[in-house]
Amino acid sequence: MVLNEYILTLLLTVPLVGSFVVWLLPEKGKIIQTVTLLVTLATFVLTLHLPAHFDSAQHGFQFEQNLPWIQSLGISYHLGVDGLSMWLVVLTGVLAPIGVLASWNVIQKRERQFYALFLVQQTAMIGVFISLDLILYYGFWELSLIPMAVLIALHGNKHGGKAALKFFTYTFIPSAPLLVAILWLYGKTGTFDYETLRTAIATQTFSNCSLWWVALAFLFAFAVKVPVFPLHGWLADTFEEAPTAMAMVVAGKLGLYSMLRFHIGLFPIQAQAVAPWVVALAVIGLLYGACLALVQRDMKRLLAYSTVSHLSFCTLGLYSFAIVAADGGVYQILNHGISGAAIFVLMGLLYERYRSYEISHYGGLAAKLPWLATFFVITSLSLVGLPMLNGFIGEFLVLSGSFPAHPRWVAAATVGVILSAAYMLWLVQRIFYGKENEKLPGAPDLGLREHLILWPLAALMLVMGIATHLWLPTIHSANETLYRATSAGTLPGDGGVR
Amino acid sequence: MNSIPDFVRILPEILLVVTGVLVMLTDASLGKSAARKPLGWLAVVGTLAALIASLWLVTVPAGTAYFDTVKSDTFSAFFHIVICGVVLAALLLSIDAIPESSQHLGEYFALFLFGASGMCLMTSAVELLVVFLGLEISSISTYILAGYRKSPTSSESAIKYFLLGSFATAFFLYGVAMVFGATGTTNLAGIAAKLAATHTPILALLALGLMLIGLGFKVSAAPFQAWTPDVYEGAPSPVVALMSTAPKAAAFAVLLRITYGAFPSLHGTWQPLLMGMSVLSMTIGNLAALRQKNVKRMLAYSSIAHAGYLLAAFATFSSDGIAAAIFYTATYAAMNVGIFLIVSKAAGYDDRGALIENFRGFIYRAPLLGTVLIIFLASLIGIPFTAGFVGKFYIFEVAIKSGAIWLGLVGLLNSGIAAYYYLRLAVSALTTPATAEEAAPMEQGGIALRLALLITMASVLVLGIVPQRALNAAKNAALTIQQ
Repeated sequence: MVLNEYILTLLLTVPLVGSFVVWLLPEKGKIIQTVTLLVTLATFVLTLHLPAHFDSAQHGFQFEQNLPWIQSLGISYHLGVDGLSMWLVVLTGVLAPIGVLASWNVIQKRERQFYALFLVQQTAMIGVFISLDLILYYGFWELSLIPMAVLIALHGNKHGGKAALKFFTYTFIPSAPLLVAILWLYGKTGTFDYETLRTAIATQTFSNCSLWWVALAFLFAFAVKVPVFPLHGWLADTFEEAPTAMAMVVAGKLGLYSMLRFHIGLFPIQAQAVAPWVVALAVIGLLYGACLALVQRDMKRLLAYSTVSHLSFCTLGLYSFAIVAADGGVYQILNHGISGAAIFVLMGLLYERYRSYEISHYGGLAAKLPWLATFFVITSLSLVGLPMLNGFIGEFLVLSGSFPAHPRWVAAATVGVILSAAYMLWLVQRIFYGKENEKLPGAPDLGLREHLILWPLAALMLVMGIATHLWLPTIHSANETLYRATSAGTLPGDGGVR
Repeated sequence: MNSIPDFVRILPEILLVVTGVLVMLTDASLGKSAARKPLGWLAVVGTLAALIASLWLVTVPAGTAYFDTVKSDTFSAFFHIVICGVVLAALLLSIDAIPESSQHLGEYFALFLFGASGMCLMTSAVELLVVFLGLEISSISTYILAGYRKSPTSSESAIKYFLLGSFATAFFLYGVAMVFGATGTTNLAGIAAKLAATHTPILALLALGLMLIGLGFKVSAAPFQAWTPDVYEGAPSPVVALMSTAPKAAAFAVLLRITYGAFPSLHGTWQPLLMGMSVLSMTIGNLAALRQKNVKRMLAYSSIAHAGYLLAAFATFSSDGIAAAIFYTATYAAMNVGIFLIVSKAAGYDDRGALIENFRGFIYRAPLLGTVLIIFLASLIGIPFTAGFVGKFYIFEVAIKSGAIWLGLVGLLNSGIAAYYYLRLAVSALTTPATAEEAAPMEQGGIALRLALLITMASVLVLGIVPQRALNAAKNAALTIQQ
């Protein structure tokens, strides 16, 4: 099929071209929003081509495209997806139209900039997931910073500029060692190509110590982006100031994916050696995030810390070096993409109605806004990990998969799960139940647009909680390839997921 | 020997000088009240002709002329193109920025062209006295241009530039004299041959040191950078656009020709020196830029840092290192001139709005200029898919491949620091305006400025997205000086 060859390039170009179109549109009525929505929907439909034509029997990358780009520097235009990146691309595709719908009425100034940059961000994120040339990957990785930083500056509340600077420097500085490491690898192996590098690192002999530093540089850059405790300093401010739609599409995915693909994938030996430390940091982050979330008075900050906690959970899964746990970790990335987006949107809807993120501002809303309350409860339960919903699958796989290797840390992580139930349910209780706040103005329940945002998300939470066989086999086979060179590849107990 | 007449080798220089003379003559024959802006367009046409001639020279077989004093090859052609491009953009900016009421407008444009011819000559000279000649032509023109605006700061800038500049030139000249004493020749190839044949006389080392100091001043590399911020702050922005790029490109060309062409046998000496200057320039430039409130001063320090990145390419004694340095001059020229186009427009001719805080809400006042500003800043930061990234990437790739990992790390961490202050300007431009005055739309420049923006913008994007041809040209150029 011809489309198979070009689909990935198409996925990069559609949002980019869309962004140029949006840039040229007049800011009149809802023209810009409509066009952006159409572009994101088209992208989403195109992403669905991937799972539809994915050959799950085949290991390795599919839909590949490999062209020389800057030959004299050895850079090529190499794209491809496997069972891991495919779902992340689809997730990016799903979230984009939802992000547009969620911003529909919220973004009232500089609409053209917002939507054009939103689409650039889309290209950058898809680019990160599908690049198989390290420099191309690095390019998209850096590119993904710009729209975010600019939008925080443009649309932030009071401290937008400060938060943008913080976000940018926090994530830009670690990428300097990353680039040095990539260039060093190039100097030793003469290639930027992911697969060639992988074999080269596995077979070639390096002076042992240097490869360690290289692997650490990779890990450091990714850990800041996730963020892993104690590198999370930028997250709360960014979440507070960033437009909802941007925060929800960006959170977590890029860093975690990069860890799996480029840290564990390229440096299995080194990654496994630092894994106990990463696991420890992940569990600390998990508990720390959960504890801080418990005491927040501001919903958005609560969400930021709960994100730290949830993303640490994914990190725990990836670095347990058991394939089952890694499957759970990846599944949890997808879950967090869906449920995290939903909770972001729901808080945005509350803000639209009552102009406040103060939790104490609310109370007893369930009676007034039954639909909103229902969706909020479903999403919270999914985040908490109620069986039958998506969160449970991921958490269970991570905990059960990583328990044999790190029983004590995992036991502590279980406490984190309980804490997460505590802060989420307490939040629900404070907002929707209890004594009604008399001063709250009357506000309408969900409208059509809002239903359109929330139904697909809620449906996905349920389907991902039940029909795991749609996702897990491809993720599992991708993980088998990634963890091939580590001891996890031979551990008993994998395959149980199927 | 060959059938190509000598004058062809310096055709761009001839075209520039002839147009310059023509501009002065026309200026003298015009009435007192006649509009003098058209002279600027005449200068633009002359520069364009020189640019085309330089492009054509690429196809002419390399060779020397005038008794082996100048050499036209792909190396000189590359720098000619960069310099003519910069002069073109800076001339267009001047047409837009300088008020019609200014005096001596004819001389201003003529000096631009004379200066350009000097810079061009520097890049094709293979004889130290001709290098010196080019250096003087270019420097004297820029000294005068720096003081063109009638204000105390502009005069201060010109005097500082003149005093320190002539000091530096004197160092260079002493170096030339000592080389002659040591080797009996001032021809670069002759020096190399002589030095390779005998053991190195101490006089040659001293000469090399003096010339490095002189050129270090000209490219404003630390520790010879102190004049830069004051001069840039005081001089008119269109002149700064020129003098922060074109003379530096020319001086780098000379530096490459001297180090690789005349003193290759002493590379054990100059390599660590230049690496040290590189690290100092990057670090001092970036750290000082962090604290600036005035955009022109900030860009002055950032230009010091960029000179540092460029010197890092000298870390390898290889043609790849030369190619990376050559390529970076082109990327730096494109983005730095580009940013000065915007700063000049935003701050006004008298620089009253040159503080970072004056840029607040700039994108709201001037959407077009604001967007372009963000793209130039992204390139200066080194964001992928812009020229700045490819340039830095190439330099640090070469440095790391040669084993200087620490240099690569220092350089890239430095670009992290640099990102902070560039971004501060970007954030300021993006912030919502606080007062109605800040939000009032401003005039976004006429056809001249738009043309200049188009040239620089296109260069930044082409060098960032499809750089293959320029990289090949840089590689070819690098091969010619290492023979």
